[in-house]
Amino acid sequence: MDFDLMINSFPKLLGATLVTLKLLSASLFFGLFLGLFFAILRLKKNIFINKFAYGYSYIFRGTPLLVQIFIIYFGLGQIEYLRTTFLWVILKEPYWCAIIAFTLNTGAYTSEILRSAFQTIKPGIIEAGKSLGISNKIIFYKIQIPIAIRQSLPAYGNEIILMMKGTSLASTVTLMDLTGVAKYIISTTFKPIEVFIVAGGIYLFMTFIIHNVIKFLEKKYSFQQ
Amino acid sequence: MELLAFGKTGWGDELFYATLMTIAVSITAMLVGFLFALIFTPLKLSKYKTLNLVGNFYTTVIRGVPELLVIYLFFFGGSGAIMYVASIFGYYEYIEINAFITGSMAIGIISGAYSTEVFRGAIQSIDKGQFEAAKVLGINKFGQFYKIILPQMLRLAIPNLSNVWQITLKDTSLISVTGLVEIMRQSYIAAGSTRDPLFFYSFAAVLYLLLTYVSMKLINKLEVRYSRGY
Repeated sequence: MDFDLMINSFPKLLGATLVTLKLLSASLFFGLFLGLFFAILRLKKNIFINKFAYGYSYIFRGTPLLVQIFIIYFGLGQIEYLRTTFLWVILKEPYWCAIIAFTLNTGAYTSEILRSAFQTIKPGIIEAGKSLGISNKIIFYKIQIPIAIRQSLPAYGNEIILMMKGTSLASTVTLMDLTGVAKYIISTTFKPIEVFIVAGGIYLFMTFIIHNVIKFLEKKYSFQQ
Repeated sequence: MELLAFGKTGWGDELFYATLMTIAVSITAMLVGFLFALIFTPLKLSKYKTLNLVGNFYTTVIRGVPELLVIYLFFFGGSGAIMYVASIFGYYEYIEINAFITGSMAIGIISGAYSTEVFRGAIQSIDKGQFEAAKVLGINKFGQFYKIILPQMLRLAIPNLSNVWQITLKDTSLISVTGLVEIMRQSYIAAGSTRDPLFFYSFAAVLYLLLTYVSMKLINKLEVRYSRGY
């Protein structure tokens, strides 16, 4: 065991954790809106809209995240037309490509989580709202969404942790996130176990925090208060 | 389309073999995972606190750390660890383990953590009366597990195991970083030499979709088979 290396690499890895957290929070933020949007589409009766939303979530859940990042980072640059538009400013940066890939990926999972949450809401609750003369819009925003959020908290907590692990793939498109820096230190020092313990410890600590925050929120919003 | 031709002109045969490699790694990793689950599920269900701790340590660490990091640990640390063990037995030559073994071990350990959780959940949801009834009938411990608990457990575990299979299948794309030529690595090579990454990565996505689709269909059949009588 090389404790000096562990102590020396800790600040470097901690700095890289910031990149990981940035990637995670940005993709979760955009992903939540995307997920909500597609979950609403899934509930529509129109079969084309429904199938489109289903296709989106099926494709992004059925392929590895690595393929998705590679298509966006290496693949989209190949389209000549895209290079001339303003989108190229975003798409040439690996940072934004990673965020786009993560957002699309987490959006697909989130849409499934929210859809099943919406579907578990008892029709009686919506009917009660209607019979009280509340408009459909308000029923949706004030009754369905709060219930759906509470229902989907445990599953969404898992999704956050999965996404946190997913951000490690940013290191494959040259970004120096926690895993990227860990790999760099491993390949220059050939001390994989020491670096794994430190980097793994940081990841576990983040998992621990996320897990407990979700647990706290679940308790806060549960039926029995 | 000519990019996908078989033979020397296209990448069709290369991608076909790469797909077989992905399937081979996934199945090996899944089986390695079952082996780990076989060891760690009893530990997690044991009444001894220390054994519980060991079981929980395994599932928590593996499920809380990115797969890529675990793969790097095995990739860079694997041959070192083997050489250390070999040196105890007096063998000092350089040993290189091939990428297939490193990869399926790494993915297997990850898949094992998920399988362990699935088996633990399935066993815990079997009615206690079943264990007691088996005991009262004088069935020995071996028979209790294989004839009474296992068949009931499988029915409950199969839907969740199909999720584990999907995760494992998708995780195999990550061992492309170690140079093992599976779908992702082959697409990377093809994309590099033809300068057509969009096509090859999209084709890789289609291959993965095909694999997940076909395996879901097969697993659904298994599910029906094991829920006979319910």
